[in-house]
Amino acid sequence: MDTHLTENVPAPTPHDYKSDVKPIWCPGCGDYSVLAGITRAMANMGMERHNTVVVSGIGCSSRIPAYTSVYGYHTVHGRSLAVASGVKLARPELNVLIFGGDGDGFSIGGNHFLHACRRNVDMTYIVMDNQVYGMTKGQASPTTEADWCESKLTPEGPGVNPIQPVALALACGANFVARGFSGDPNEVARLIVEGVKHPGFSVIHVLSPCVTFRPEQRGWKSTVHPYGREPTDDPNAAMRAVLEDDGFGLGIFLAGNRRPFQPGSAVTSTIAQIEEGFAV
Amino acid sequence: MTVDSVTIALVGSGGAGAMTAGQMLLDAAANVGWYGLMSRSTGPQIRGGEAAALVRLSPTPVHGPGDRFDLIVAFDWQNVERFAAELPLSDKSVIVTDPSQGEVPAVLAASGAKQIELPIKELAAKIPGGRVNMVGLGAVAAVIGLPRAGIDAVIRKALGKKGDAAVQASSAGIDAGAKEAAGWGLDLELAAPNRGDGVRWNISGNEAAGLGALKGGVKFCAAYPITPATEILEWLAPNLARTGGKLVQAEDELASIAMCLGASFSGVPSITATAGPGLSLMTECIGLGVASETPVVIVDVQRGGPSTGIPTKSEQSDLNIAVYGLHGDAPHLVVGPTSIGDCLFTTQWAVHLAEALQTPAIVLSDQAMGQSRAIIDKPADAPHKAERLLATDLGGGEKYKRYANTESGVSPAAIPGMPGGEHTADGLEHAENALPSSQASDHQKQLDKRLRKLTSHEFGDAWADIEGEGEIAVVTWGSSTGPSREAVRRLEAAGRKARLVAIRLIFPVQPAKLAEALKGVTKVLVVEQTHGAQFHKFLRAHYDLPGEVSVFSRPGPLPIRAREVHETLVSLI
Ligand SMILES: Cc1ncc(C[n+]2csc(CCOP(=O)(O)OP(=O)(O)O)c2C)c(N)n1
Ligand code: SF4
Ligand SMILES: [Mg+2]
Repeated sequence: MDTHLTENVPAPTPHDYKSDVKPIWCPGCGDYSVLAGITRAMANMGMERHNTVVVSGIGCSSRIPAYTSVYGYHTVHGRSLAVASGVKLARPELNVLIFGGDGDGFSIGGNHFLHACRRNVDMTYIVMDNQVYGMTKGQASPTTEADWCESKLTPEGPGVNPIQPVALALACGANFVARGFSGDPNEVARLIVEGVKHPGFSVIHVLSPCVTFRPEQRGWKSTVHPYGREPTDDPNAAMRAVLEDDGFGLGIFLAGNRRPFQPGSAVTSTIAQIEEGFAV
Repeated sequence: MTVDSVTIALVGSGGAGAMTAGQMLLDAAANVGWYGLMSRSTGPQIRGGEAAALVRLSPTPVHGPGDRFDLIVAFDWQNVERFAAELPLSDKSVIVTDPSQGEVPAVLAASGAKQIELPIKELAAKIPGGRVNMVGLGAVAAVIGLPRAGIDAVIRKALGKKGDAAVQASSAGIDAGAKEAAGWGLDLELAAPNRGDGVRWNISGNEAAGLGALKGGVKFCAAYPITPATEILEWLAPNLARTGGKLVQAEDELASIAMCLGASFSGVPSITATAGPGLSLMTECIGLGVASETPVVIVDVQRGGPSTGIPTKSEQSDLNIAVYGLHGDAPHLVVGPTSIGDCLFTTQWAVHLAEALQTPAIVLSDQAMGQSRAIIDKPADAPHKAERLLATDLGGGEKYKRYANTESGVSPAAIPGMPGGEHTADGLEHAENALPSSQASDHQKQLDKRLRKLTSHEFGDAWADIEGEGEIAVVTWGSSTGPSREAVRRLEAAGRKARLVAIRLIFPVQPAKLAEALKGVTKVLVVEQTHGAQFHKFLRAHYDLPGEVSVFSRPGPLPIRAREVHETLVSLI
C-alpha cells in the first residue's frame, strides 16, 4: 500500500467509499456483503479515492465499481485482469483492485487468470464465486458441480468436474491466496487489506451466494469453517494443504515471496538520438 | 546509356546469404546517393528454405516494385518455382546462373531472358572464407555501376567487428564477381546518383510506425507477436524503454488490447500492433474503447486473409473489418499510411487523433510497407502529439460528468490521480454522469456525440495525398498508392495529365473534400489490393464518384505493379 490519506483529515468511513447508486442485485444476494467488505477494507487502509482504480468484467458481481466512489472501469466479459494489468503497469503508483465472478474469471477470462497469477502484478483480485452465471439467469459455471440439474441449458447437469479456484491460483503461481465468505464481511475486509498490503498478485476467493439461482447456497453459512492453519510463504506447502481442503475452508492459504512484475523505465535517449540510427 | 531504375533479385536457399547481400546492396546504394526499396520473399520455412531479396534502385525516390526484374542473380535454384510468379521477367531481363547448380528452371527460362553463366560457387571456394553472396554482390555492383567505395563502407560496417580476415574475404569475393561481370556488356548501368544535401534514411514501414508511435507520445505498448507486425513490437521494446515508456508481452491479443485500454484509461497513451487474426480477436475491446471513450491505437499490418491466410504476403483486405468490424454503431478512426515513410506520419497522427477524440484509431499498414525497407528523404517533423482534453474545476459544487454532452462531442476526461474526477468508465450505455442507462434519450445522445466528435473534427490536408491534374483520376489508398503514383507520373511524362488521390483518412469519411479533389474529373480508376473490391464498395457507400468509374482490384500475394495501373489508365483514356 503506497497511498494513504494525509494526516489531520478525519478517518474515512466505509460510507466514504460508497457511491449513491443503488445496486441492481436481488435482495439477499451475497454481493451486498462483499461490497460492504470492500468499502470497509478501503476505509481501514484510508485509501485515497482518486488514486484507486477498481476494474471489473461483466456479471452481477462485476457491477461493483459503479457502487464505489473511486475510479472504476466496468469493461467487457472476461478481460478485467488484463485491463487492470495495463492500469498498474502504466501507473504503478495507483492502487488497483479487480472484482468479478466465477464465470468472468475462470471461464471466458480463464487464460488471463492463469497469466495474471504467473505475471504477479501488484494488484488484488476479489472473485465472487456463486458457482453459477447469475447475470444470464442461472447457467453452470466452471465451479458448478457436474450433477447440478437446475439450468435449462444443461438439464442433465453440466457433466464436467468443477475447478478449485484456490488450487488453480496456487498452481498458476499467485503470490497471495485467501478464501472468504460474504456472510462475514469483516473477515472479507481483513483478507482484502492483507491482500492489498501483500506485494504482487493477490487472489481472494469469496464464496458469495446467488440466492436466486442457487438458493441452497443460503446454507453455506453452516458449511464454511476456518481453514485452521497458519498462512505459509511456501507455495508447495500451501498446495499440499489445499488439496485436503473441502472448498469451504476460510483464511489465508499463501502469502508468498515472489517479486512482483513491474518493468521500470528510465529515459536514456531522446527521440532525435533514436532517429539518428536511421540516417544513411 | 544508363537506365533510371534497376530492379534486381538475389535468389538462394537458406545458407546462401541472399538477404544479406540484398541488404548490403541497398545500404551501398544509399551510401553513394541512390534511392531504393528492398522487399523480401521467403517460403513457409521458419528458417532457411528458399529466399529472394528484391531490390529496386533509382536516382529518384522509389515508390513501388519495378515492372519486371532487370537482373536475377541465383546462387542456386532450389524451389525457386514456388515464387517464380513473383519474379516477372521479359526477354530484356538477364539471369545470372551458376552452371554447377543446374539449368535455369523452365518457368523463368520461358521468358526469353538472356542467360549468363557465372561459376559463383567455384569463385567463392577459391577465396579463404569466401562466400557466394559476396561474389554475386560484386557482379551486381559491376553491372549497375555501383562505385566500389559505397560497398567498402558497408562491408566495414557489417564485418568490421569480425576482423580484417572477414573484411578481406568479402572484398575478395566482391572483386571476383565484379571482374567476371566487367566483360558482360549489359545495358543496366544506373544513372548517376543525385545526392543533395538532405539527410536520407534507411527505414522499414514497421520501424517507421514504431517511430511514429514514439513521436506521438506513446508510453505503453502491450504486445502479442504475429507476422508481419512483430517488428513494430520488437522495435518498440527497447525504444519505448529508452524514452521512459514500457512494453509488456501479453498472453494473447484479447489481453494486449485490454492492457492498452487500461493504460489509456489511466492517462498513458498506448499502442498495440497486430495483423488480421489478432485484429479479429481485439474487436470486442475496441468497441469498449469506443463506448467508454478510451483512446488506443492499433496498427494492423495486413496480410493475405481470411483466417491464417498468407502470413508473409500483402493484401488490403482488412479494410472491411477495420471499418465495420465492431458490433453496434461504433464509429472510430481508421487511417492508412500511403508509403513506407508515411507509416511514421500516419501512426503519429493516429496517436494524436485517438487522444484528441478519445476513441480507438486503427492504422492499416500492410506487409508490403511494413516489412520492406526504403531509402527515403528524412521525413519532415510533424507537430502531432498526444493531447487529451482533461477536466478542470473538479471537486467543485457540480458532480463530474465523464460523458458530458458537449458541442464538439469530446468530453473533458478525468484520469486516476485527479481528485474529484472519480467515476466508473463503462461499456454499458450510460448517461452523461457515466452511470449505466438503457433510456432511449441517453442512448441517442451518446451515439450522437460519439459520432459527432469524429464528423465535426477538422482533419486538415492530411486526409489524403492529392497530386496532379486532369480529367482522369486514380483514387487509391495504402500501399496501392506507390504503383498508382508511378503510373500517374508515367502518363505525365508522356505529356498526358492525371490526378492521384490517395486517401489517408479512411474513417470518418470526407465527402466534401473528395468532391473538391475530383472537381472536373470525368473518369475515376479505383486501385486496391483485395479480391472483393472492398475499397471500391466503401467509396460507393460513402462518396459520390464523378463520371465513369473503373476498378483495378486484385488480391495478394503478388504486388500491384505500376505497369498494370498504367496500362489500365491508358486503356481508359
Ligand atoms: C462476450 C460475452 N459473452 C457472454 C456474455 C453474457 N454474460 C454476461 S455475464 C455472464 C456470466 C456471468 O457470470 P459470473 O461471472 O459468474 O458473474 P455473476 O453474474 O454470477 O456474478 C455472461 C455469460 C457477455 N456479456 N459477453
Ligand atoms: S442473480 Fe444471483 S448473483 Fe445475480 S444479483 Fe441475483 S442473487 Fe446476486
Ligand atoms: Mg457467478
